[in-house]
Amino acid sequence: MTIKIDPDCLYTKTHEWIRVDGEYAYCGITDYAQQQLSDIVYVELPEVGDSFSQGEVFATVESVKAASDCYLPVAGEIVEINEELEESPDLVNTDPYGDGWFVRFIIEDPEELNNLMDADAYRKYTERVMAEGGH
Amino acid sequence: MSEPIIYELGAPGRRAAHLPELDVPQADLPPASLLREEIDLPEVSEVDLIRHFTRLSRMNYGVDVGFYPLGSCTMKYNPKVNEEAARLPGFVFTHPYQPEESVQGNLQLMYELQEFLKALSGFEAVSLQPAAGAHGELTGILMIRAYHLSRGDKKRKIILIPDSAHGTNPASTTMAGFEMVELKSDERGNVDLDDLRAHLNENVAGMMLTNPNTLGLFDENVVEICHLVHKAGGLMYGDGANFNALMGIAKPAELGFDVMHFNLHKTFSTPHGGGGPGSGPVGASHLLADFLPGPIVVAEKCVFDLLTGERCGDIDYESVDEEDEKYVRGAYYKLEMPPQSIGRVKSFYGHFNVMIKAYTYIRMLGAQGLLESSLAAVLNANYLQSLLKEIYPLPYDRPCMHEFVLEGKIEGAPEVRALDISKRLIDYGFHPPTNYFPLIVPEALMIEPTETESKSTLDQFAEAMRKIAQEARENPQLLHDAPVTTPVGRLDEVRAARQLILRWQPESKESS
Repeated sequence: MTIKIDPDCLYTKTHEWIRVDGEYAYCGITDYAQQQLSDIVYVELPEVGDSFSQGEVFATVESVKAASDCYLPVAGEIVEINEELEESPDLVNTDPYGDGWFVRFIIEDPEELNNLMDADAYRKYTERVMAEGGH
Repeated sequence: MSEPIIYELGAPGRRAAHLPELDVPQADLPPASLLREEIDLPEVSEVDLIRHFTRLSRMNYGVDVGFYPLGSCTMKYNPKVNEEAARLPGFVFTHPYQPEESVQGNLQLMYELQEFLKALSGFEAVSLQPAAGAHGELTGILMIRAYHLSRGDKKRKIILIPDSAHGTNPASTTMAGFEMVELKSDERGNVDLDDLRAHLNENVAGMMLTNPNTLGLFDENVVEICHLVHKAGGLMYGDGANFNALMGIAKPAELGFDVMHFNLHKTFSTPHGGGGPGSGPVGASHLLADFLPGPIVVAEKCVFDLLTGERCGDIDYESVDEEDEKYVRGAYYKLEMPPQSIGRVKSFYGHFNVMIKAYTYIRMLGAQGLLESSLAAVLNANYLQSLLKEIYPLPYDRPCMHEFVLEGKIEGAPEVRALDISKRLIDYGFHPPTNYFPLIVPEALMIEPTETESKSTLDQFAEAMRKIAQEARENPQLLHDAPVTTPVGRLDEVRAARQLILRWQPESKESS
């Protein structure tokens, strides 16, 4: 299977991406994650104003197979959520790095960005995960 | 599917029910504002009604039709004698508001069922209140919460749950106001002890453990796990969904569990899966017994008059012996709330009708029969596992308990998934196994044959699984198109989940 990886994003081991834009960032789940989950039927998003620490569960994705937690890559306060996902959760399958974004948030501590993988590192990581048989 | 739903059948004026003559004063209808005209109840004749439901029942698949290896659900055959007992007029015509002394038989049955479950599990006390398994979990976790609070220990907010757990475990934990922390499994399918040690501290209220776990494996370190959790001040919750593997072999209380639910509708052969309801009694050790939900049934020694059957409160129990011609020793059953009870978790006394069936099952089999049931359940699962592991990958390859989990992957057929294999099994006349659970096995096929199946049934199932693997290599489209022998083919699960329509509405009114 081929995995799309956006060169402009940073990545977590739990397969979330963020795209940093000044003190803000967009966040969603990767192409690898959506392929593993298969058809997504529901995305439970936080509310604007909610705050999360790095690695805290901020959203839940449901597919016909399972429900999975999503972890915020760095600490932050949610300023916008993708309301389109309520009606069209399939956007996460069709355009995970674009229209399928989850939330936009204020980055609390830019230092935490150093803990994330860049696109190259994430590619190697997913290749290793797949070679080991998934997850 | 050709069968219309009952709302689409019939015509005004047809009727299948004939009410007896009114023998009570006629009551007025509630005010018109409370009455609904739009519900359009169907009007059908008796023959239309009977044919409709008979046709539907012929499309249905249940344990009375064939093999039903739905892992984790223990779809064993439900003996018909259970139904007979549950329909005895003495049970059917009782009412929960009747005074205690007029329902002594019902209470005796509940008391004895509590005692049987205590004997099987080693727990100190049992409450029959919870309505089903997940309800039992919530009850047990609320009891753990009440226990810590009763000791003034308010900092324990975490419940540990292994990554192989039933999905209901995290849900029960969250509903009870706790935070759940997931523990890894090790390569043998046991809880990873190092991961457990790393997460134990003074904030841990307890741990939920299913044993045998959802891989069908007995956690070899269960005693050590209970010990570690207890040492950290936490309590052990046992998810008793898989108790069918243990009856008469191991007692959860002796392994170290403090509280556990039973699934009467799994282990004790009462109908479920559309035929329910369930019943999820909870057993507790001496630490938690006082916190059980109530009321529970207690027995009091008492003396009865042999002639009238009246209870004689003024006669000393010890003064009556077997030779006595006027009085006889007996027991009086009454309902009691445990002293620190978390309260009621269900109206009245739980699902009494289900209790009758479970009680009957236990009495029919006896202690030896229950032991043999568990032994046969484990034997059947191991036999089937040994046949199927030659055909499908078995990720945790060791002797199993009552069930096992395969990967629904077939070499030489990369496009075929667990779902396709399951759907094809329907065409071979079998109910599919549980799919995509537990989550730690990719493309999981979770198979629980239960003790009620013969060797020839297991052989036929294994043969179907072998044929399906062959078809997958030679003609995978057969699997993708399956099922083809059912009234409806492959259902669009994604669309069903994305476009929820929960209630039928007449076409003309859909727009309103």
